[in-house]
Amino acid sequence: MTRQTSKIENEVISNWVSSGASVLDLGCGNGELLTLLINEKQVRAQGIELQDSAIYQCVAAGLSVFQQDIDIGLSEYADKSFDYVILNQTFQQVKKPDFVLKEALRVGKHVIVGFPNFVYIRARLQIFFQGKVPVTQSLPYEWYDTPNLHFLSIVDFQEYCRREKIQIEQAVFVANGRHIRFFPNVFGETGLFLLAT
Amino acid sequence: METQYFTFAAPPNELTLESGEKLGPITLAYETYGKLNKDKSNAVLVLHAFSGDAHAAGWHKGDKDAGWWDDFIGPNKGIDTNEYFVICSNVLGGCRGSTGPNSVNPWTGKPYGLDFPLVTIGDMVNVQRHLIDYLGIDKLVAVVGGSMGGMQVLHWMVSYPEKMRSAIPIATTLKHTPQQIAFNEVGRQAVMADPDWQNGNYYGKTAPSKGLAVARMIGHITYMSDASMAEKFGRRVRTDKEKFKFSADFEVEGYLRYRGDNFVKRFDANSYLYITKAIDYFNILNGHSLGDVFKGLKAKVLVLAFKSDWLYPVYQAQEIVKACKLAGVDASYCEISSTYGHDAFLLEIEQETQLIKHFLKAVANGNGNGDKYT
Repeated sequence: MTRQTSKIENEVISNWVSSGASVLDLGCGNGELLTLLINEKQVRAQGIELQDSAIYQCVAAGLSVFQQDIDIGLSEYADKSFDYVILNQTFQQVKKPDFVLKEALRVGKHVIVGFPNFVYIRARLQIFFQGKVPVTQSLPYEWYDTPNLHFLSIVDFQEYCRREKIQIEQAVFVANGRHIRFFPNVFGETGLFLLAT
Repeated sequence: METQYFTFAAPPNELTLESGEKLGPITLAYETYGKLNKDKSNAVLVLHAFSGDAHAAGWHKGDKDAGWWDDFIGPNKGIDTNEYFVICSNVLGGCRGSTGPNSVNPWTGKPYGLDFPLVTIGDMVNVQRHLIDYLGIDKLVAVVGGSMGGMQVLHWMVSYPEKMRSAIPIATTLKHTPQQIAFNEVGRQAVMADPDWQNGNYYGKTAPSKGLAVARMIGHITYMSDASMAEKFGRRVRTDKEKFKFSADFEVEGYLRYRGDNFVKRFDANSYLYITKAIDYFNILNGHSLGDVFKGLKAKVLVLAFKSDWLYPVYQAQEIVKACKLAGVDASYCEISSTYGHDAFLLEIEQETQLIKHFLKAVANGNGNGDKYT
């Protein structure tokens, strides 16, 4: 099972991106988000993706995409060479999220990060009552086949940004296709952050 | 399907080569497939690899085999000739109809032999541009080629960036490396060690076929991979072998001998020397930094490499990609899964078709961005 791309997450991201901007999507998958941004915001889009099948889909959609492991960094890109660098649902899957985020912050004027909140209420309940590693909509994988290497909560990320002096411009939390405004660390299934550099 | 010929640079208007030497007249053998549209905006230039020729697709009367990329070029194929006008010419220095060392030197009335000047990948590209001009094409939809053809693509990107809307270098490198030069040198030594080579003056006499066949055998080893050889031959022993201690016992031996013997029927030994030298001298970075070699290129680029290619390993394609990124070129890169080694660019047709067909469509549509999810 793979995670379904969430419409509301894409909408949130699209709202943050300004028209005509240049966008680098790290782990762009089949290119759905980039395609949306091209259609809605006329962005200049570049994707980076590792998986073979996703690359083929991107090329089929007319997108520019590099087959590359983002864990090796973005050394070919100059500082601030993109208006936005996006790490949506890939942040928790890279080997070195710390390094990759720093690279994204170096290369982008803004960075957008989206990740599943590991302490979302349903996950908490599954751990507490069933004593099992949670399987939810945003964490749809079994322990033996998950591509997620790092498990973090919204609070973890906020603390990390504070410690690393990364400025959070905006944050949006969603669950079940709706915005969550109260107790996001409990009721937010996914956290989306717009970071300034 | 017929080979056509374009001759230019007749004396006293000879072409000046990169070496400074003059050459003329120059004939290019070329073929075209599909129809050139009214505003001449649907042309795709295909560039062949080391031993290829102008016959990229279709069948010649009486031939056993179709053109070298026939699976990929044709109606509804990877490069769809219902849409595109495809041009392929034999390279300068070649022996398949274009001017090369086996052509007649107008000054002596005899084949050039080693009097033929050294040519470069840049010279090959320069004469291709003359052909494009002659055909009245101002801007190509794409310039496509693998291996040495890929080097020509890279040279087009640098020499005539305004002449193309896209470029597709496949299984190639920005510059030939010592290992690649080494294999070519062993091939050249095999040719020159053949007593029939006679310093290149063998035309009208016995050709240095033994040496050329050995050179080709080495080449074929480098085009395959450990896995593809194991799969193709295993350790199987031939059943029809001759009674001789060092006969070709194993299938792989028989295969290499067959490929070597076949090659000498269609290839000139001196062309082998000249073209491999041109490849070895290839270094598109000459005088450029990685960051500025493609600076200002407006064309869309698709770089392809094959995971099992050890002759032109993926890191070399990644260098091309790096140069594109540094220059801000609109580019894509795909590492195709294949066990075929370097030969993959002629064999992984299905994957290439999927990628290149869509890529060309995006180029032809302006940018094609986002036509799938809307």
